[in-house]
This record gives sequence, structure tokens and C-alpha cells, in this order.
Amino acid sequence: MMKRPSAGMQIDGYTLTECLHSGGFATIWEVTHPLYRTSMVMKVPTILDGYDAPTIVGFEVEQMIMPRLSGPHVPRLIGIGDFSVMPYIVTERIEGTSLLSLFRTAPLPLSEVIEVAARMTEAVHELHKQHVIHLDLKPDNFMQRKTGEMVAIDFGLSRHDLLPDLLSEEFTIPMGTFPYIAPEQYLRQRDDLRSDLFALGAMIYELATGKMPFGQPESLRGVRKRLWRDPVPPRALAPAIPEWLQEIILRALEVDPAKRYQSAAQMLFDLQHPAQVRLTERGQKMQRDSWLTVFRRWRIMRKVRRFDAPPSMSAQISKASVLMVAVDLAPDMEALGQQLLISVQRMLQILPDARVACVNVIKTARIGIDQTMTDSGDHLHVSRLVALRAWAATLDLPDDRLTFTVLEGPDPGQSIIDYATKTHVDHIMMGARSHSSKRRYLGSVSSQVVAEAACSVTVIRLAHPKDGLAVVEYAAAAV
Amino acid sequence: MRIAILTDIHGNQEAFSAVLADMAERVVDRTVMLGDIVGYGPDPAWCVEKTMELVAAGALCIKGNHDSAIADPKESLNVTARRAIDWTRPLLGAAQKQFLAELPLTLSLDDVLFVHASANDPGDWIYVTNASRAMPSFRVSTARVIFCGHVHVPALISCNMGGHVQQQKVLTGRPIPLIRSRRWLAVVGSVGQPRDGAAQGGYAIFDNESNELTFLRVPYDVTTTVQKVRQAGLPESLAMRLNWGA
Repeated sequence: MMKRPSAGMQIDGYTLTECLHSGGFATIWEVTHPLYRTSMVMKVPTILDGYDAPTIVGFEVEQMIMPRLSGPHVPRLIGIGDFSVMPYIVTERIEGTSLLSLFRTAPLPLSEVIEVAARMTEAVHELHKQHVIHLDLKPDNFMQRKTGEMVAIDFGLSRHDLLPDLLSEEFTIPMGTFPYIAPEQYLRQRDDLRSDLFALGAMIYELATGKMPFGQPESLRGVRKRLWRDPVPPRALAPAIPEWLQEIILRALEVDPAKRYQSAAQMLFDLQHPAQVRLTERGQKMQRDSWLTVFRRWRIMRKVRRFDAPPSMSAQISKASVLMVAVDLAPDMEALGQQLLISVQRMLQILPDARVACVNVIKTARIGIDQTMTDSGDHLHVSRLVALRAWAATLDLPDDRLTFTVLEGPDPGQSIIDYATKTHVDHIMMGARSHSSKRRYLGSVSSQVVAEAACSVTVIRLAHPKDGLAVVEYAAAAV
Repeated sequence: MRIAILTDIHGNQEAFSAVLADMAERVVDRTVMLGDIVGYGPDPAWCVEKTMELVAAGALCIKGNHDSAIADPKESLNVTARRAIDWTRPLLGAAQKQFLAELPLTLSLDDVLFVHASANDPGDWIYVTNASRAMPSFRVSTARVIFCGHVHVPALISCNMGGHVQQQKVLTGRPIPLIRSRRWLAVVGSVGQPRDGAAQGGYAIFDNESNELTFLRVPYDVTTTVQKVRQAGLPESLAMRLNWGA
């Protein structure tokens, strides 16, 4: 017989002290353990008498997935309890409450909307990289650490790419939280990471406007409407919202997953580079679609039974990767620049959905005032941007997949590494200047990047002028 | 404890050696063999000898239907299997035959049961190919985890607290947690005659502390085994089967 939790109860060395939260499916307790001198919470599912399938399977899923997650964007796991006595999960206690209280104060000022949106998106990308689609993202399921990172909680409806999906076997109704659930989840597809991007879009909408994009439907029938009925454009509710943010929100809320962002990393990239978001009608529209358009869409969508899902999560993430190209624009580096361009073109053939972030670094003096104007009076930053665009012109990529950034810093290698970390770049491509004795003693920018970047790095080098052939040197740093 | 589970070696020396070499590269505390050491393949004597060595060193082994057919010519087998077993019998020494004859039908380690075919009447050689075929095993046995072979295609089936039996996806090379809230039945793929389309030796490692099961595949020198099958004059279908892994 399973035990029920109560204050003062002892189990496997843990002592339950106080019930912090009591929800429909579980209770959360503050616990102590003589061995672990840290603040901890225990989650115990509330299992009804008899066989309570939804609660049990949800908790089984959580017990399976949580030990496989790590990093600052998930609660650190401390212990798991068996169903034979009392099922539980003990994790570190994250101070504060869920984002629900913050969402209750929406609409938030724009800067705060962007900050929270980017942090949530970053956490979701971290989950996806660890093979987990959350599938129940909502304000209640995010907490924020004191250090700023968002933490995703409650993996009871989640799907791990490399584990059996215990949930799909048991239930025939769609699972999720109605205001945030993606259309394909309504169609009972549980294998698309872009479902999480839809939920993020719905949450950012709410943060920016104070309203939920699809209201609060109380029935599945109400949920189904989002397959054809578009939400009120955020700018119609709050005209202060910039077009680029509306573009990001409405792109994430596209009905067909193929029209959304293809990975959280790409969405994060746009949130971090507002000036480079390519605006379409989505960003500019001020009214919902006309009844005729909606009617036409309804006639098509009511027959849709499923959307094309990506082959696998890891394939999806690597296909929709962010490729960073560090370009050296010095005049004597033209041949190397051309070689780098050819290599990028080759890489794009195997990564057709990749975004390319072209980066150039202006080296600044560590001390003293920098010259930001060239002798002829041009602004250095602007002239570098122009040169970067000219370099990439032959890549022939649509604007929304190509961005240009000029970084400034005394240590170019470090600037490249920092930018790659911040924007979750998957792969860096850069040229290496040919060997010189000076470089041998001081170290080159490329070798610094290869050694320290957290992603793969490809270094392009021109061979010795004698044979005139370019050599591509592959160096993969540990990911 | 990490337990390597090997089954259906079927006289395939190259595959058996490759799997043992793979095990040597990993942490394995115990080896359990689920039977069918002989039959189909060209090196039955070598495989039995190797198995006897492993058992002497602490491995566990149970009996499969082909092993049983060595001593019992009345054991029901299809035509090809019958031809192969009649070819095998004279190649085995008395000690080897005795070893096969004395193998038990089932073995248990704590809450884990090992059986060649179905835990529901182990001597009847029932094929556990799907959830409904696995259901009787869950009903008859009280083991938390059941390992069986015989089918030559890896499979994983769970039985939840409500008694609902469900087939799960098998992923190779990744640990699958056999969560304690359910009972599990794993069909381990064949070492020496895989039939799931991959011509690689199959086995599994179960860690009874972390409670994780990993299905593994090991490439081996199929060409040599196929040549030996042909030279031995065994049915050509057996050679083709090894080639395709199906």
C-alpha cells in the first residue's frame, strides 16, 4: 500500500517539513536530509484510489527524464522514490515562485519582455539539446534563478527522443495546457520540438500584450479553433510593440510547424538581434485575417490529421543550426576570405536550413581612446558592416538567414568565443593567417577559438603559395 | 552489477568472438547466456567449448530448443533446423553433449528471470514476438524483469501497474531505464543469427543497480562465417540469412 505524504513523515532519510504547494496532480514539500545540507523540495504525485493512470504515467515519465537532464536550466535532481512505498522526486529548491506571478503583471515594459523571452527561449534550447521536448510550457512551469537563468520544471508531459514514450501509449486525448498547446499537439503528435516554440510564442504574446493569443478555451473544441483562426496581432493591442517583436511572436505561432522557427536557437538569435529580424506581412499586420480568409483556411485545416514531423530531434537541431563565420577583412587577407566563402557555400549544401551569422571583430586598444573614424571620415563600424555585406553577397541567402555583426574588443579571439556562447552557435568557420614566427610565439586567434569554443570549429587555411592549393583543417572542440 | 545477456549464438564463432571482445571493452560483472548455443552455424563445438569455459568462470547458461534437440531427436524443429542439428550432433563430444543436456530451462537472479523462450511454459518454446504474446509471461511469472531470446529480433515490452502490456521502442546503444513502477520483458537479439535486418551480433547489458538496459550490436566477419556454412554443406538459406541479417 502506498503511503501518503504528511508533515513530519520520514522516508529514505528525508524528513518532510512543510507543504509548499498543493496542486491537482501533486504536492510539493520542503524536505531535509542529514547528508545533504542544501535546500530541497520533494514532489509527490497525488494518486487517487485505484489505478490513476494519468497521474502515474506522468510521474513515471518525469522519473525517467529528470535523471537525464543537467545544467542550470533544470532543477538539480537529488533523489527518486519508488512507487512501492511512496513515489517522489527530490530536487534542489529554487527560490521564489513560478513566472505565473510575473505574467499576472503583464503587459510588461518592452525591455523586460525581451529579457524574459530570451531567457525562456535559451532554457528551451538547452532542453532540446538534451533530447527533451517539454510539451507543457507555460508560466507555471518556469522559475528563475537568482543568477538569472530560467529553469524549466514539471516534465510530466515531456518527450525524450531516446526513451520510450510512455504517454503516447496510454492516452487518446491531446495533452497540454489549453492556452499554450500547439496545433500539432492537439492532433496528438508528441515528436516535434517546434511545439515548444509555439508555446513560447504564446507566452511572449501574453507578456507583451497582457492577453492570451487564443484566450482560455475550456474545451478541446475551443483549442481546435487555432488550426484556422489567427490571434489578434499584438500591435493591434499594444501599438508600442515594435514590428520585429510581432514578427517573432507570430512566426512562432504559425499553425504549420514548418513555417515557424525551426529551432529555439534560431528564435533566440532573432530575440538577440532585433535590427536583423526580417520583417514580413506578419510583423506589419494590424488586423486579424478576414472572415473569408479564415473560412478558406477552415475548409483546409478541418481535414488535416497531422503535420509533417522532423525525422528526429537531433537531426532537426543540427539541420537548423547557427553557423558563425568570422571574417578577416584585412586587405591582404582577400584570398583567404574567398576560400572561406567557398567553404561556407559547401557547408550550406549539407545544412540547408542553417542560419549564417557573419562576424567581424574590430580590435580595440586595451588602454586609451580608440579611433572610430577612418582617415577619410567614415565611421569604422559602418564601413566594416558594408565590407562584410559585400563579402557575403555571393552566398545568395535570404535576409532572414543571414546576419552581420561587428564586434569590438581588445582580444578578437575572446570576442568571437563570447559571441558564439551567447548566441548558441553550433559551428564556427574562420580563416587562419599563414604561419609566421610572431604568431608562433603569441598564438593565433584561430587556435585560441579552436581551443576554447564550446562548439565545433572549422579552420580554413591557404596552403603554402608554392602549391597554391587551399587546405581545410578540421578541428572539432569537445561540445 | 552489470549483466551481459547473450542468446542464440547458434554455432557462429566469429559473431560470438566479436561479442566477447566487445564485452571485454566494457564493464561487465556477470554473463548470462539464454541458450541455443548450437544449431544453424558451422562451429558448434567451438561455441559449446567456449560456453563451458565461461560457465566454469562464473557465467550462467540456460537451455534452448536447439540445445535440447541434440539429446532429444524428437524435439520439434523445421526442416532446415533439423538438417543443421543432425549435422551438428556428431561434431560434439560426450562432455559437450552432457553439458547441453544438463542445462536448466530457467534461472533467476534476484527479481530477474532468464528464460530461452516464454516464461509461460519455458519448455514449449513459444515465440514472444509482441505485447499479446508477452502478456502470459507477465501473468505467470512474478519477476520484475524477464529476459528471453529465441526470436532473434530485439524487443522491449512493459507491463504497468494497471496490468496493461505495451510494446516499447527499442533503441540500440542507449541505456533505457526499466523504471521500477513497471515490470519489463526484454527479448535480446541473437548473437549468431540476427533476423532484424542488421548483419551484426546482438546482445544486451543490464545494470541492476541503475536499472538500465542497453541493447548493443557488434559487427563481425560475416564473410568468413558464410564461407564456413557453405563449405560445411549446410543449407544455402542459412548462409544467405547471415548475409542479410534477416
